Amino acid sequence: MSASGLILAGVDGDRTWGLQDYVARGGYSALRKVISEKIPPETIIAELKASSLRGRGGAGFPTGLKWSFMPRSFPGAKYLACNSDEGEPGTFKDRDILRYNPHTVIEGMTIAAYAMGCERGYNYIHGEIFDVYERFEAALAEAREAGLLGQNILGSDFSFELFAHHGYGAYICGEETALLESIEGKKGQPRFKPPFPASYGLYGKPTTINNTETFASVPFIINMGGEGFLNLGKPNNGGTKLFSVSGHVNRPGNYEVAMGTPFSELLEMAGGMRGGRKLKAVIPGGSSAPVLPGSVMMDCTMDYDSISKAGSMLGSGAVIVMDETTCMVKALERLSYFYFEESCGQCTPCREGTGWLYRVVHRIENGLGRKDDLDLLNSVTGNIMGRTICALGDAASMPVQSFVKHFGSEFEYHIENKKCLVPPEVQYEGSQIYVRP
Amino acid sequence: MLSQESLQQIDREIAKYPPDQKQSAVMAALRIAQVEKGWLPKELIEFVASYLQMPAIAAYEVASFYNMYDLEPVGRHKITVCTNLPCALSGGVHAADYLKEKLGIDFNETTPDGKFTLKEGECMGACGDAPVLLVNNHHMCSWMTKEKIDQILAELADK
Repeated sequence: MSASGLILAGVDGDRTWGLQDYVARGGYSALRKVISEKIPPETIIAELKASSLRGRGGAGFPTGLKWSFMPRSFPGAKYLACNSDEGEPGTFKDRDILRYNPHTVIEGMTIAAYAMGCERGYNYIHGEIFDVYERFEAALAEAREAGLLGQNILGSDFSFELFAHHGYGAYICGEETALLESIEGKKGQPRFKPPFPASYGLYGKPTTINNTETFASVPFIINMGGEGFLNLGKPNNGGTKLFSVSGHVNRPGNYEVAMGTPFSELLEMAGGMRGGRKLKAVIPGGSSAPVLPGSVMMDCTMDYDSISKAGSMLGSGAVIVMDETTCMVKALERLSYFYFEESCGQCTPCREGTGWLYRVVHRIENGLGRKDDLDLLNSVTGNIMGRTICALGDAASMPVQSFVKHFGSEFEYHIENKKCLVPPEVQYEGSQIYVRP
Repeated sequence: MLSQESLQQIDREIAKYPPDQKQSAVMAALRIAQVEKGWLPKELIEFVASYLQMPAIAAYEVASFYNMYDLEPVGRHKITVCTNLPCALSGGVHAADYLKEKLGIDFNETTPDGKFTLKEGECMGACGDAPVLLVNNHHMCSWMTKEKIDQILAELADK
């Protein structure tokens, strides 16, 4: 964990998650300010827009704009949801935010509820992190006890109820409408959009869904002003961001740095390449983001615009680092299996296509590849993308397209020679993806 | 069919949702039921459905959709290893291999003494801690070396 940044600043592992420590770090001062100064909701949304905060879950949609879609004066229930269903391979930042600094999410959500007129909210927490769910419940209890949550918050006429909802193992629930279905007690299958959640969301009521890190940033924006937050990063890419660095580095972990920090610096913070080996490839924004060759990555800065210009996506900020001992066919095979396993089965192109992609990559990896398999892969991805209700189909296709684009010769070698370009012993010792040769 | 304690826990979950949306508690109720009974036989799913006043088929859809519910009996301790790419790059596959060797079983198998079931997991959102194991769905074990795996298996074997 980095000592710098905002969200994780002053946080000391498991010891300082509680209310008292959070308040000592300046916590809940933003909520107090909003309530005592009766800041108009429009002003809060304007600050969010000025901050250039963009959705930290992966899509990078401007948060202030999203909040402005909520029909504040619409009579009846309105809901708020926090997406902590963090299951995108490579991403593990929300887990650290929730276990080490849960109150910043609660404070951010409460300010959001005030700005959008929501009376009730849910934090949807990833199934596999049960201890984090329990921690968040404990933090909620502290906040309620202190009058920071519930009826008449801090003695005002503003009320907001917030609860934790625990998932139970489904990647697709990170898709916002699948998440809403799941809170309603159903299979997590995404809904058609439109209507968008801001008009028809949870229980059919207007709903806004943001990522954990997005909500966690809100108190800081209120305290330092939109402009101050923006200036921490770079234009159109405001603030700091948590990057989850995994793979072949010496110190995998979360590093919170200013937007626009060079990738090379981030790599250094993570202890550099494991065993001093050469960088081969990086997936810069979670497994759904296109892979980039190491040399391209070394010229990038960590922000939405730079990574997008290089042909990938900043996504959730999950940086998967692979060194020269990695077989790219093997790496893609595992990712393709994941999407095949996690497709919800609702749309035919995704349900059938993800299985097809996996089977073709699997046979290439296992020496049974055919001459026109690369064309076949491109054809299958072309028939999935843009033809499904949600983005999982695209998410399954982008790794395939980019691996074949940047490392095509390795795939061709596999097909021609029926074996890996990187010897199995080297893979076993180095990349570690390989089972014992 | 469920203990008083489990029912109380389910009631606490129901209270999180609007009064006409009891079904929202189904995921938690199935989890609580599974913790008590070890797995989810059909009758238990039906019981949960009737407790929440929802159709049994709707509860079954949920139980069969989310992969942490066990619709068949598992060993006393279910160990799930993440072998997804980021974990694999830091030894996830090796850890799984070692577990298979130690337990003498493959994925989706249970040891003859009924103590352990081994599962291959998908992303648990803890890639920085790889290799990662999940014990009985709720207890995550990070940075698993061979020594640590030995220690955990020894502790669990006595439970």
